[in-house]
Amino acid sequence: MKQIVVLSGKGGTGKTSLIAAFSHLAANRVMVDADVDASNLQLVLNPRVEEEQRFMGGQVAEIDPGLCTGCNLCEEACRFDAISHQGGTYVVDPVACDGCKACFYACPVEAIDMAPQHAGWWYRSLTEQGPLYHAHLRPGQENSGRLVTLVKQQGRLRALDEEREYLLVDGPPGIGCPVISAASGADLAVIVVEPTVAGVHDLQRVLGTVAHFQVAALVVINKADINPRKAREIRDFCEQHGVEVAAEIPYDPVVTQAMVAGLPVTLHAPESPVSRAMIAAWKRVVATLAGQGERDAESR
Amino acid sequence: MKIAIASGKGGTGKTTVSINLALALAAAKLPVQVVDCDVEEPNAALFLHPELKERAGVDLLIPQVDAEACDLCGVCSEVCQSNAIVTLAKRVLVFPELCHGCGSCTANCPHGAISEVPRRIGEVERGNAGAIHFAQGRLNVGEALAVPVVRRLREWLRDDCTVLIDAPPGASCPMVEAIRGADFVLLVTEPTPFGLHDLKGAAEVARELGMPLGVVINRADIGDAGVEQWCAREEIPVLLRIPFDRRIAEAYSEGIPLLTARPELAPVFLDLQRAIGAILEAQA
Repeated sequence: MKQIVVLSGKGGTGKTSLIAAFSHLAANRVMVDADVDASNLQLVLNPRVEEEQRFMGGQVAEIDPGLCTGCNLCEEACRFDAISHQGGTYVVDPVACDGCKACFYACPVEAIDMAPQHAGWWYRSLTEQGPLYHAHLRPGQENSGRLVTLVKQQGRLRALDEEREYLLVDGPPGIGCPVISAASGADLAVIVVEPTVAGVHDLQRVLGTVAHFQVAALVVINKADINPRKAREIRDFCEQHGVEVAAEIPYDPVVTQAMVAGLPVTLHAPESPVSRAMIAAWKRVVATLAGQGERDAESR
Repeated sequence: MKIAIASGKGGTGKTTVSINLALALAAAKLPVQVVDCDVEEPNAALFLHPELKERAGVDLLIPQVDAEACDLCGVCSEVCQSNAIVTLAKRVLVFPELCHGCGSCTANCPHGAISEVPRRIGEVERGNAGAIHFAQGRLNVGEALAVPVVRRLREWLRDDCTVLIDAPPGASCPMVEAIRGADFVLLVTEPTPFGLHDLKGAAEVARELGMPLGVVINRADIGDAGVEQWCAREEIPVLLRIPFDRRIAEAYSEGIPLLTARPELAPVFLDLQRAIGAILEAQA
């Protein structure tokens, strides 16, 4: 089983549209939406939810005003500015609270309890393209990295159990905790970039991140014709750094139309230049993974 | 007035709105600060080209165990909620990349065997782009925790001008850390099913924090009517609609702000700020 994660650094470059196409093109696959803040893959795969589970996130400190003696030790212990003195008692700002429990241990009269937070839900669903594991993080919650790890693990176990060929993971934007959780253990990261100054800047950071975690990468340039000169800059940068550009996708309103229709673009408009470019990208993904397999076999 | 510019979905145009609002205010001789809180992928500087005069590292304090003083009692591992310090049979192992720097292990070690050392996870910088005050944070590549960098950056928010906080995408902790304490949340979206789905999550955060909010619809003529209908139903004001224009997209791709390419649009952004001011006044 091969695990593929689609990342971008910068948001809104077309990760979900590409993974939706891959989920249509790949045989024998399981999908995971690891962008739990903004889980959009379900909007184009039309899942039927088969199982729903609550996700308990971190804990938040609660101070019992009846027990609190106002000694101030909790506020001193808190490094997240989550505890303040209000109206003769100490209160916790649940948004700022890290759940680190430093105040709990600092309190001499056991006036502090840690309350587990219901941070969201995760789902096992069935789509026409295969099983989909996705989640919904309640707005403003912490621990999105843990929820990402959880849905990915569920999808991975299913793929291993059923001897599926591919695990396709739709990643979040950025380079921080949820991205690291989404990319860990991947055989290949497909990075979607737009030919813009921001796109080039963010590509360098996300390539640095996957290299740091020793995940191989391919680049796909989306809306490549919006700025051919920047697209060339990306190709040159990739060539210098030994990263293959697997495909260049043109700008086309058909991508938005497919999204509105709730379909992968390769199903909605199979003959469009966009779909042909995405098919080419998928072929490079398959070939790259096959190449990795051969190298692994040789080294054994 | 502090305005947080957020979005839920990435790539909807947060930075475009932030920098053009700033340029319009600066051109009208109004004092303004742009604070780029998208510390995982900070992009505002690519458009404003600020001169950065001051830089400060962002460090977490992580534990260092004195093996001589440690008797392997295991209290440090017990109190750690991040599994960042593990007591083995013969030594204590620290996993710096898991540590949130809360200080619990150090405070609770019965033998005083733990001291703290700084670990650099990012940096903050500030300066000016012409009349625009500017600050940004940058998480180091390979680091997981964006929130401490955003928290450090918040110390640089000014009180003497309009502050535009360019928030990270999403609706979880880094986004919340960026927007909390602002007077108003401006949510930038696009009129597509993805844009609408993620707008709902971001709006829910703003409402849970009790913050007034408004919407900017970017590329307003693509997609469908879902965002408009939802905003009308939820009584969330749509304060600005920016049409899709390939020339805008091309200028953006070169790092040229909308108002540099189309200066005649400056009044549109001044109206946006006035509309936000009016909403806040009506509430007060």
